[in-house]
Amino acid sequence: MLTVENVDVYRGKTHVLHQLNLNVSHGEIIALIGANGAGKTTTLRTISGLLRPVTGQIHYTPEKGEKPIEITSMAPEMIVKSGISQCPEGRGIFSQLSVRENLLVGAYLRSDNEIEKDLQSIYKTFPILGERTAQAGGNLSGGEQMMLAIGRSLMSRPNLLILDEPSLGLAPLIMETIFDMIKKIRDQGVTILLVEQNAVMALELSDRAYVLETGRVALFGQSDELARNPQVRKAYLGGE
Amino acid sequence: MDSGYIIQQLANGLILGSMYALVAIGFSMIYGIVRLINFAHGDIVMIGAFTTLALMETVGLPFPLVAFCVLLTGCAVGILIERTSFRPMRGAPQVTGFIASLGISIMIQNLGILFLSAQPRNFSFPDYMQTLLQLGPVSFRVVDLIIFLTAVILMIVLIFLVKKTKLGIAMRATAENMDVARMMGININQTIMATFAIGSGLAGIAGLMWGGKFGQIDPLMGYIPGLKAFVAAVIGGVGSIPGAILGGFILGLCEVAFVGLLPPIYSSYRDAFVFGTLIIILICLPNGLLGRDMEERA
Repeated sequence: MLTVENVDVYRGKTHVLHQLNLNVSHGEIIALIGANGAGKTTTLRTISGLLRPVTGQIHYTPEKGEKPIEITSMAPEMIVKSGISQCPEGRGIFSQLSVRENLLVGAYLRSDNEIEKDLQSIYKTFPILGERTAQAGGNLSGGEQMMLAIGRSLMSRPNLLILDEPSLGLAPLIMETIFDMIKKIRDQGVTILLVEQNAVMALELSDRAYVLETGRVALFGQSDELARNPQVRKAYLGGE
Repeated sequence: MDSGYIIQQLANGLILGSMYALVAIGFSMIYGIVRLINFAHGDIVMIGAFTTLALMETVGLPFPLVAFCVLLTGCAVGILIERTSFRPMRGAPQVTGFIASLGISIMIQNLGILFLSAQPRNFSFPDYMQTLLQLGPVSFRVVDLIIFLTAVILMIVLIFLVKKTKLGIAMRATAENMDVARMMGININQTIMATFAIGSGLAGIAGLMWGGKFGQIDPLMGYIPGLKAFVAAVIGGVGSIPGAILGGFILGLCEVAFVGLLPPIYSSYRDAFVFGTLIIILICLPNGLLGRDMEERA
C-alpha cells in the first residue's frame, strides 16, 4: 500500500533520514519505534508531504490492485485527498473550534453529502464526543481530545491512518481504550501506521514493526518476533 | 447640554466607530492568521477612497455598483500585498514581515503622490446623499446612515462567514495551528489569501466611507484610519473579530465624547485623551477587552 524507498530527508542542515525504506501492506498495523530523535515524526511528516525528501520516492496504492501513485512531491492536501490522513503528535486539536467543527475540518476536502452521516457514526463510536458537539475542543480532557483527533482523521475517510504517538500524555487505562479503538478501526478496513514511544504496547498492537535508530531502519520484522529479540528488549522494552 | 445633544454625539460616535471597526476587523483577521501587523492596511483605505472617486466622478457608475467595485479593488490589493510581501517572508522572523509591510505602505503612499499628486481632492457624493435627515433630536446626512448601515451589514455577513462557512472554519483552524491545518488537507495559501482579501475589501469600503464622511482625500490619508484602527484592534484584543468591532465603536465614541463633552479649549487635544484611554485600558487588560491570554494561545 505504501512504499518508502531510499528516502533522505533534511531538516534545515541536519540530515535526519538516511536511505530509509519502509513498506506497509493493506490491512496491517505497522509500528515505528525508536528513541527520541530517531526520525519517527520526520518519517511521518515526509509521508504526509509536509517535508520533502532530497532523494528517494514514496508510492501509495489507495486500494488493493490499483496502480501505485507517486506521492513524493505532492502537496499535503492532495495526499490527504488520495486517502492518507495523519493524526498529529500531541493531538493538534483546534482548541477554539467546537468538537463538531474540529470534525468538519477533517472532512474539509470532501464535498459529498454523507458528511453528516459520518459525523453521526463518529458520535456513535465515541459517545463522549456526541455529548459535547458544541463544546470547544480545548475544554476536552486528554483522552477525549485523542478520540476527537482520531475521529477528525477518520472524517476524511482515509485508507491509511497515520498516528503520531497516540499514547502521549494519556493515563494507562485510557491508552488501552485508544489502542482498542485503533484495532477496531483496522478491522473496518483502514490500514494503520503508528509511531510510539511506548514500545511494549506498540509491539503488542502491531503486526509488524520497524525500529528506527538515528534516521535509519535498524531492525524490522514481525512484532512478536521483535518483542522477543534480545537487542530490542534491552533497548526499548526495559528487559535484561 | 441637554439629552438631545448627547444622543446626537452618540450617533456621531457610532458612525465614526463603524468606520474604525471595519478597518480594525481587517487588522485583526490578518494578525490572527499570520501573526503579523499589516502596516499597509491603512493605505488600502486610501486606495478605496480614490477608487470611489474615480468610479463615481470620472466613470459615473451608480452608487451600489461603485461600492461593489471598491470592495473588489480592496480584495485585489490585499491579495497583491499578501503575495508580494507576506508569503515570501513566511517562516522568517516577525520583524522581517513588519518591515516588509512598512515598505509596502511607504511605496503605496509614494506611488499615490507620484501619480495622483499630493494635493487633497474634494470628494463629494451625489446631492441626495447630502440631504439632512431628522430623527427626533438627532440629525444626520443620508451618507452617514449609509455608512452606518453598510458597516453593520458587512460585519454581520463577516461574522456569519467566519462562524458558519467552510472557509470560516478553515480560517479559524489555520489561525490556530497552521501545521495541523495542512495535515487536515486545508490549503493554507488559499486560506491566508482569502483572509487578506476579505480584510482588505472591508478596508477599501471604509475608504469610500471616509471620503464621504470627511469630503477630502489625499494619498497620505490612510495613515490616520490605519493608526486608529490598529488602536481599536488592540483595545478589542488583536486577533478577535468581535473585539475589533467593539474596539472600533469604543474608539469612535470616546473620540466624539472628548470633543463634544470637554470644554472647547481641550477638544483639539482629543487624540491625547483617546490614546490616554487606550493606555489605561491596556494597563488593566493587557490582552485587550476580548483578547485571549497569549499563554493559552501557545
